Amino acid sequence: MPTKQEVQVQQKRELESKDESTIPARVFLPTADIYESNDALNVVLEMPGVDKNSVDIRVEDSVLKIEGRLDFSKYQGLQPLYTEYNVGHYSRSFRLSSKIDQNKIAAELNDGVLSLVLPKVEEAKPRTIEVK
Amino acid sequence: MLQGPIVLRPASTLPWGAAMITFADPFDALLSLQRDLESRFASDWLEGTTTSRGPFPPINVFQQGEDILALMELPGIDKNELQIQAKANTIRVSGKKRVDYSNDVSVHRRERVSGDFDRTLSLPVQVDPDRIKAEYRDGLLALFLPRADSDKPRSIKIK
Repeated sequence: MPTKQEVQVQQKRELESKDESTIPARVFLPTADIYESNDALNVVLEMPGVDKNSVDIRVEDSVLKIEGRLDFSKYQGLQPLYTEYNVGHYSRSFRLSSKIDQNKIAAELNDGVLSLVLPKVEEAKPRTIEVK
Repeated sequence: MLQGPIVLRPASTLPWGAAMITFADPFDALLSLQRDLESRFASDWLEGTTTSRGPFPPINVFQQGEDILALMELPGIDKNELQIQAKANTIRVSGKKRVDYSNDVSVHRRERVSGDFDRTLSLPVQVDPDRIKAEYRDGLLALFLPRADSDKPRSIKIK
């Protein structure tokens, strides 16, 4: 009988930024999956604790930057007894190639998972060539 | 005299003799969590029980007054596949984390983990299983564990 595959624990990676932050909260990299279909590039990020109003997605100079902010007011008055994972904001940037149509990027956030669809420009879509 | 921009720092880092303006630091709770995380290897809480520190999902346990609040990061879980079982002083969270993409895509990067998980957490205090509340929102599972009345300390009057 095959054994069930158990999920492995990942420690959060901290963001290494050239700029210093003005607030004491730490920023971590959300885990990302990137996959490509014929029409688009898809980026899926895990940002638990972030809701739709706290996520900021922008494209500047062909750099896609995703930021998710946590609401720390929930943690007021809580005394930590036993901690295993770190808590902080999320931020990750990706450089986009010219094959992406930057105006048509779509995003959806469900249960802390942000799915971005980056459609390819027409010329970049694969074309099948028939042999006569 | 404070010179330059006003900086939010805990009073203990200000030089002796400086004028101390104390602000309500909104990140106090968070910073104390991080300090606690860094020192957790020195802690013997939960030592010698069935819980191990490795398995998924990682849990943060907080005390809220007399009660306990356990938080777990479980993004992208289907609530129907999540099971929470509670006994007097153990909590068991099990389920399946799915990461599925359709077959005709080419994967460039894969960092998300997926699979079955089953984790039991032992608590040092007795909780009331009937009043336990669980909330799953935005990928965060919050378990509110109220302390059992039988476990609360009772003050005894001296005659």
